[in-house]
Amino acid sequence: MVAPILQVKDLRVDFNTYAGKIQAIRGVDFDLNAGETLAIVGESGSGKSVTTKTLLGLNAGNAELGEESQILYNGKNLAKLSEKEWEGYRGSEVAMVFQDPMTSLDPTMKIGNQIAEPIMKHHEVEKAEALAKALQLMKDVGIPNAEEHINDYPHQWSGGMRQRAVIAIALAADPKVLIADEPTTALDVTIQAQILQVLKKLQKKNNTAIIFITHDLGVVAGIADRVAVMYAGKIVETGLVNEVFYNPQHPYTWGLLGSMPSTKTESGTLQAIPGTPTDLLYPPKGDAFADRNVYGLAIDHEKQPPLFEVSPTHFAATWLLDDRAPKVTPPLEIQRRQAFWQTLENEGAK
Amino acid sequence: MQNPDAKKLVEIKDLNLTFNAGKSNATKAIDEISFDIYEGETFGLVGESGSGKTTIGRTILKLYDQDSGTITFDGQDLGQLKKQGMKDFRKQAQMIFQDPQASLNGRLRVEDIIGEGLDQVGYSKKRAEREAKVLELLKLVGLNKDHASRYPHEFSGGQKQRIGIARALAVQPKFIIADEPISALDVSVQAQVVNLLADLQKQNKLTYLFIAHDLAMVKYISDRIGVMHWGKLVELGTADEVYNHPLHPYTKSLLSAVPEPDPIVEKQRVIKPYDASFEKDGQERKMVEVEPGHFVLATPAEAEQYKAEQK
Repeated sequence: MVAPILQVKDLRVDFNTYAGKIQAIRGVDFDLNAGETLAIVGESGSGKSVTTKTLLGLNAGNAELGEESQILYNGKNLAKLSEKEWEGYRGSEVAMVFQDPMTSLDPTMKIGNQIAEPIMKHHEVEKAEALAKALQLMKDVGIPNAEEHINDYPHQWSGGMRQRAVIAIALAADPKVLIADEPTTALDVTIQAQILQVLKKLQKKNNTAIIFITHDLGVVAGIADRVAVMYAGKIVETGLVNEVFYNPQHPYTWGLLGSMPSTKTESGTLQAIPGTPTDLLYPPKGDAFADRNVYGLAIDHEKQPPLFEVSPTHFAATWLLDDRAPKVTPPLEIQRRQAFWQTLENEGAK
Repeated sequence: MQNPDAKKLVEIKDLNLTFNAGKSNATKAIDEISFDIYEGETFGLVGESGSGKTTIGRTILKLYDQDSGTITFDGQDLGQLKKQGMKDFRKQAQMIFQDPQASLNGRLRVEDIIGEGLDQVGYSKKRAEREAKVLELLKLVGLNKDHASRYPHEFSGGQKQRIGIARALAVQPKFIIADEPISALDVSVQAQVVNLLADLQKQNKLTYLFIAHDLAMVKYISDRIGVMHWGKLVELGTADEVYNHPLHPYTKSLLSAVPEPDPIVEKQRVIKPYDASFEKDGQERKMVEVEPGHFVLATPAEAEQYKAEQK
């Protein structure tokens, strides 16, 4: 067993604001292995974007990292790095693709130069050599007739092509870890599909580990090896992609799967999650999801549930998994998924 | 299923609209589009960004003037309406916008945001009656009277969108255009708003034009669906027909790219590419009814071919 490339331990991030202390991340642990894709799913305010910004040392000045929090990159703790030291990691070891390709490109700089810039900075090569590599990267991310377009400016390109350029920049310094924060949310479905294919192809070629942040469970199903579901600054369920989609245990995961239609969902069957996301200025004493949880127990309001083990790769933080908890019947959509999981297991046993 | 006796509420005929007409950057945003919206149904419009779906919605509300073609609402040609007629029309057709933050006046309290519409139509001069009506509307969208005296910034995105819906309902419209009404909302809240729209439709016999790029959501909420590409309507039919038996290669390509929350399905997904070049080959294409109620934009030969591919 190879050691994970990235280990996050007890990650806690608070933001000091005029209104008070917002506890954006409240104890997050996960590992990331080379070549795999971990999808982090959650709604706005769940802490998924703050998690990734913390991994890059990009949090705003009012952010405060927990005393015990560790971000181990190949065994070295990044949590205590100075801004100068971060520069040695950011881009070259861990790189990021943002949601909006227009705002993450420099409108006044030629695209070829934007891709060559990190190559020159991190590999200390001449401009001509960097530009040659930039051209190759443009071809790798699927920009047609790359030679003709290396001197174009971002405004000359469509949204999908710009996002390819952003990916090329992120990959320019051969990072081991790529963090993609909603990279396809601003794109049309057909373009989204192309960008996902590009990411998968390049991941295979370079053995890059990817952390993929999204709220779109359809995208997660297609790209992830493992999934972490975040709610109110905590991971509430994590497992292999099949475990989370076919054998979900946490009522919030049930809610997410039941509230997003697929093209096969029959009308009148969409189950909304009641209520609104939890206010992290005043996090509750018990389970943050308790107020919205139709399967909630009395203890949810008193005590935060630990992560219960479902399988060696699958964990969920819900008191429903405690031995003393009453047995509940999940929603129909989840029953259907769990029945399918049963057939998968039976086939596997054969 | 489409009721053959259903009344046409909105009839759009041979609509054309060009932005920057006569200039070098002229863009044909709506290109010879015709379709009808029946009373009580939800008509979904899908297509990639820039396909013209939002422009159609705005043109129906006369926020843009078309170059040619007619829009008929409840039997009246909107082009012929004078000032008073236009005012009456605006009572009957309302809009729900994408960004609930930007579409609510931040300096008005919720009761005035909703009450403004009531004042416009001269609902009542009595303060108490106006208040009562606002409360009734708030209740309708799942808010309560405590919310009436607050300002928009005190609400979450989903609640703001509920306020936007209450405002649209204040003038008792027949027809609502919802342009990406849920895309700015959290996933867990999207279903709440969609279910609310469906309930309100039933209670108030509303007709919706639902514009969105989330194809699964459009399928879920719509009775019939129109697919747009480059300003043209390329396919039209019931939601089930269009999604289960798509005819046009663009529709097929679009549907092949919709991700489903199912890892095994996703791992086997094959995306059908779409080569749009044939659209500009100069041949004349018309909407052909391939199956009853299911239309595709095609030449006679293409229509035969699409039909054969279905078999």
